[in-house]
Order: sequence, then structure tokens, then C-alpha cells
Amino acid sequence: MTERYVVAIDQGTTSTRCIVFDRRGQLVSLAQQEHKQYYPRPGWVEHDAAEIWRNVERLGPEALRRAGATIDQVAAVGIANQRETTVLWDRATGNPVGHAVVWQDTRTDTMVGQLDAAPGAEGVRHRSALPLATYFSGPRIRWMLDHHPGLRERAERGEVLFGTMETWLIWNLTGGLHVTDVTNASRTLLLDVHTLDWSAESLAFFGIPRAMLPEVRPSIGVFGTATAAFPGVRIGAALGDQQAALFGQTCFAPGEAKCTYGTGSFLLLNTGAELVRSTHGLLSTVAYQIEGEPAAYALEGSIAITGSLVQWFRDQLELIASAPEIETLARTVTDNGGCYIVPAFSGLYAPYWRSEARGVIVGLTSYITKGHLARAVLEASAWQTREVVDAMNADSGLALKTLRVDGGMTSDNLLMQFVADVLDVPVVRPLAAETVSLGAAYGAGLAVGYWPDLEGLRQNWHRAGQWLPTMEPAKRESEYANWQRAVSRTFDWIQA
Amino acid sequence: MPGTVQSIERAAAVLRLLAGGNGRLSLGEIARSLDLAKGTTHGILRTLRKVGFVEQDRLSGHYQLGAAMLRLGTGYLDVNELRSRSINWADPLASRSGEAVRIGTVLDGQVLVVHHVFRPDDTFQTLDVGSLLPMHATALGKSLLAYGAAPPASLDRFTSRTIGTQRELAQALRLVRENGWSCDIEELTPGEASVAAPIRAYGGLVVGAIGISGHVERLCDSRYHPLPHLVATVRDAARAVSRDLGAARR
Repeated sequence: MTERYVVAIDQGTTSTRCIVFDRRGQLVSLAQQEHKQYYPRPGWVEHDAAEIWRNVERLGPEALRRAGATIDQVAAVGIANQRETTVLWDRATGNPVGHAVVWQDTRTDTMVGQLDAAPGAEGVRHRSALPLATYFSGPRIRWMLDHHPGLRERAERGEVLFGTMETWLIWNLTGGLHVTDVTNASRTLLLDVHTLDWSAESLAFFGIPRAMLPEVRPSIGVFGTATAAFPGVRIGAALGDQQAALFGQTCFAPGEAKCTYGTGSFLLLNTGAELVRSTHGLLSTVAYQIEGEPAAYALEGSIAITGSLVQWFRDQLELIASAPEIETLARTVTDNGGCYIVPAFSGLYAPYWRSEARGVIVGLTSYITKGHLARAVLEASAWQTREVVDAMNADSGLALKTLRVDGGMTSDNLLMQFVADVLDVPVVRPLAAETVSLGAAYGAGLAVGYWPDLEGLRQNWHRAGQWLPTMEPAKRESEYANWQRAVSRTFDWIQA
Repeated sequence: MPGTVQSIERAAAVLRLLAGGNGRLSLGEIARSLDLAKGTTHGILRTLRKVGFVEQDRLSGHYQLGAAMLRLGTGYLDVNELRSRSINWADPLASRSGEAVRIGTVLDGQVLVVHHVFRPDDTFQTLDVGSLLPMHATALGKSLLAYGAAPPASLDRFTSRTIGTQRELAQALRLVRENGWSCDIEELTPGEASVAAPIRAYGGLVVGAIGISGHVERLCDSRYHPLPHLVATVRDAARAVSRDLGAARR
């Protein structure tokens, strides 16, 4: 067999990567390129979708070159992408309409507040299984239609198209196929999560023309054949990055959960064929759908700021030169010295969903050094995980037994030990830290028969590291109480 | 690495080497440590001497850091940075070899384990990041010693195979430099073996070592020689990490 590899495109918030995997799910080569972040106004975050596509075109061949592989050795390509980021483009020219509006962008704040109180909002919430929030794509489409003169008319005529990043990439890879997958579609507020198709009522509620939307497809199944970047290779999967990580961690059974520690952190729990509606501030989302099979659902706890708090510590406070040095600095002290940092930089996500909250540093005394601040930065990620796990346990009625972790921050041993300590469960890192890319590769390989079935993929999962809880229960409870008091100090900071 | 000057990278590596070694080094030692030609090394040293970063002992002709360097401080690659940059290559090494992987760097004459990947058989294992290993009795330590780390003052004996004299050690290290990789065969623990190769940063400076360890029967042939395909896998991983850290392809 000449087909030896599967390639994943991981189109993330700060960079795009192409990764080549072998049959054992091991990374063979990687090519990565950051793209420019645009911050035109406070709360606005934009990307240039054309730049991102150019990066994919360059990185694909580069990754193959580094693997010493030829294009005919690639069985399939899969896509994992930053979710909810909204791209509009001209069907005829393929040129983006303005910049893509990124998932962190809060420009739709006022509009979402009004829509949330409007008649029909309850129906949208019910059909999408999501709260109305600036996080999701639907309001961004509406905002762009409202703010670009003449755009709505062109969208109604089907001359302007909408897509999240995977849609934009597949359009460019195939030269004009306009499709999305169920996981990305489930993050728009426009999808009916039961029928897995666009809801006419929700589209009417937001005033978004059906003609501009892509066709909704299963996540895993052949979308089409690439004509650019990977000419002749089939596109076998597209998944939102967090769903891809769940798949890459082989959390195929109900009750299995993973947390990806990146810029933000995302804990997903597979709930199986049943959609569980959260009463504790979590999101219900589609986990994945294999072509010809029913969809699997998940509960998701999103934490806005984890790795980006470390980046802030590095770039804005300049107390460290590189992100990994946070651990070196944190190890100069033995505890947080009574200091807590709650990074509600753009409000709090799960389980609070308070957009008016803003960050605090509490417990400051003249005793506090930069080492204590570094500890507080790392501990913030762990406590936020604890809050989400508590909500998940309450919603699912099951107690989490083990947390599978991945993402860049899993290289931080101090953080991983602290997560195990505050959750009081073992924290396990798999042999492949790049689970987002791996999930996309697994999906694509599964779609074309490179891997036979889910069980075959499970065989690839191995434990590479494990942190066991060591914290005294009394200490855990008192620290958690302190953390929660610190969180309460962030509420109601922004006044209407 | 486009847009950078190779000779400056090499000069920086020379300085790091002098800052980390035990005092003065000869031209030959420096050239060997960095895997550079003697002529090239001499040109770099002459330039560094001129700017005061390096001084030369008039009698022995050996080199040491100059007074101007003392004000620049001595920041090696942060160990957590090293782990973060090598994690993507340590995992495939564990997968391909089927053995546990460790990455080590020098701390006070010992090997500090900065990263540990479990043997991928899902048996119970404990992370030993932060623990210390002897330099002369481990493959990791020998890779570090062979390329510039100060040798330990005393050679503690752990098994009947542990290297016991400085002369034996010097010979073993010469072999490491010739081969580009190191091993320990039951030198720390009976029944256990390890294979390692150096991790190089810019200019060829060795900043750490990556290696595998496991049962001697799995790592070695019947003549107690490490299996060639395992050695190649370890060296590939070391090269991949080195490339990410900015070392030139070799």
C-alpha cells in the first residue's frame, strides 16, 4: 500500500498547522505559521481569511516535504478549526468581505442583549441548545449584514457566502464546494440540534438569508477531493477543534471526558446519542457524526482565559520571557502566598456566563512576589477546571473518575499536578499531545478506510504521563472557598 | 534559519560552552564540543577576544570567559522551555521504541530529568520529572559529558559495570563523540539499559539529551550492543528537537 500517511490541518486562533500522522497515530512532521491578529477597537478581534488560506497552501507541501512524503502517499486530509469565527466571501471572486470576525470578538454584545429579550429567543435557545451569547457565529453574521451596505441584498441573491473556518478552507481546497460539518454548525445558534439542519425559524429570528449558508454534512465522511494544497487527496473530516480533541483522545463512549489546555480551555464530556441540556451553565453541542450513523453529543465547559493569562503575564507584565518559564518562576515559591488572580478579561464563561465581570488580583500584601503571582496564574487555570467539572458532574449525574488532558499547557508539570490536586482525580496525558490535529486525522482516516473502526483507534491511545492527587482535603476545600470568594469580586464590574 | 548570521550563532555557542565548562578550554576541546572545524573556531575565538568576551591564558593558550561577559549574566535555556519544545518529539520516540523516554540537562554535576514519557504499555508508572541521575552511569549523562559538561569529581559505583575511573570515562566519552550517541548497559541498574543522544541548540551547543531506557534484553542484542534501529530512532528524535531549537541540520 502506498498510502502511508494522513494529514491534519489545524486552523487555530493564533496559528495554522499542517501535521502528518502515521498509522499508529504518531506525529511524523509538522509545519506551522502564525497569522496576524487585528484588534481594530476594544473588544474586536479579526483575522484575514485570505492570509490563513495562503498559509494552508504553503504549509501543506512544507509538512509533506519535512516528512519526506509525496502527495500520493497521503490517504486523506482532515480539518480541525477554531470555532465560531465568521467569514463572509464573494461567491464569484472568492474574496473575503472584510476581515473574519473571531470567536473572542464581543462587538455583538449590545445586539445579543436585545435579541435575548426579543420574542422567539426561547425557541432559538431550545433548538440550538445554546444560550444567546456573543461567542456564537449567528449574531456575527447579522452584524456584518447590518454594517456592510448592500451586503444583505447580495447575500439574499446567494452572491455572498457564510462559513466558519472549515467551510472557508474546504471552499478553497476544492475550488468551490460550500459545506460545513455538524460540529461547527452546532456553534452558530442557527442549527436545530435534533434535525441537524438549519432551522428556518432561527434564521428568520436573526434575519439571515438561507442562500448564504453552507450545506450541513456529517463530520466524518468524504466531503470532496482537494484541487489545491493537496491536489487529488480526499477531504475526509472536518470538526471544530475541541470536538476534534475529544475524538483524538478517543472519548467515544458516554462518560468519557477530556480537557484541552490552550489559549482558552475546553472540557468536553461525551453524552452519547442523547443530548443533555445543562442546568449548570454548560453548553450542549454535537461531538461528532460519522456518515450513516446518528450523531454523538457532548456537554462542554468553556473557559475563556487559561493559556492567554500566561501570555498576558509574558507580554503585558513582561515578568517572563517565554510561556514555559511561568513554571520556573512559580517554583521559586511554595504556595500562592494568599494571592488569587481571576482572569475575567472579557467576562466569565462557564459556568457563570457573566459578560459584565472583569478580572481581579486579590489578596495582595507586601509579602507577594512575582513568584506568587506566577502560582496564582497557574492555579487560576486549575480552579476554573474544577468549577466546570463540578457543573458537569451535576448535569450528568456522574462523578468524573479521570481527566484526560492535552494541549500546550500539559507540558507544565506544576499546573497538571495542581489540576489533579484540586479535582481529586488522576490527570492523564496521552502519548499524543496534539490531539486536536490527531482527531482530524483520525476522522479523515476513518472516512477513507485508512483505519478500520473506532476500536482500532482506541488501540493507538496510550498513557504518556499521569499526575495523582496529593493535596489534603481540608486544604483543597479552603483554597476552593478562597477562589470562589475571589470570583465573586469580579461580578458587576462593567456597568450598563 | 534565513536572515541570521551563522558565525554569530557559533560565537554564542562558544560563550555558552565556556560559561558552562570547568574553567579553561583549549581550542581543540572547544572545536570538538561544538562539532566545528578548528580554523572556524579559532576565527571566532580571536574575534571574541578582541571584544573582551573571551580571554586567553598566556601560558597554556586555553580560553576562558572575559570580564565583559560577567555583566551579561548566564541564562541557559530554561528547563521548562526545553520540555515544552521537545514534548512533540518525545512522544513519537516512546511510541516507535516502545520504551520510556527521558530528557535530561545538567544540574550541579548531575542529570536533572526535565521530561519523562511513560513506556507506552499502559502499566502503572510514576513520573520522575525533577529527579537526579548520575552523569557517568547513564546514557543521558554521557551525552551531556561528551559535549562540554563538567565531569563529576567522584565516580560512584552502582553495579559491576559502572565506569570506575576517569580514564575509562574519558575513553567512553571519546566513543560517544565518535558515534554521536551514548549508552549505558547495566551501569546504573542490573537488567536495565539506556540509549541517548545530545540535543543541540543554535551553534551546535548541547543543551540537553534525550534517550530511552528499559530492559537490557529489549534494548540490546545478544552481545549487549544496543539495537541499531533503536539507536537510529533516538538520534532522529534528538535531531528533530535540535532542529526546533535552531541547530543547523547535520
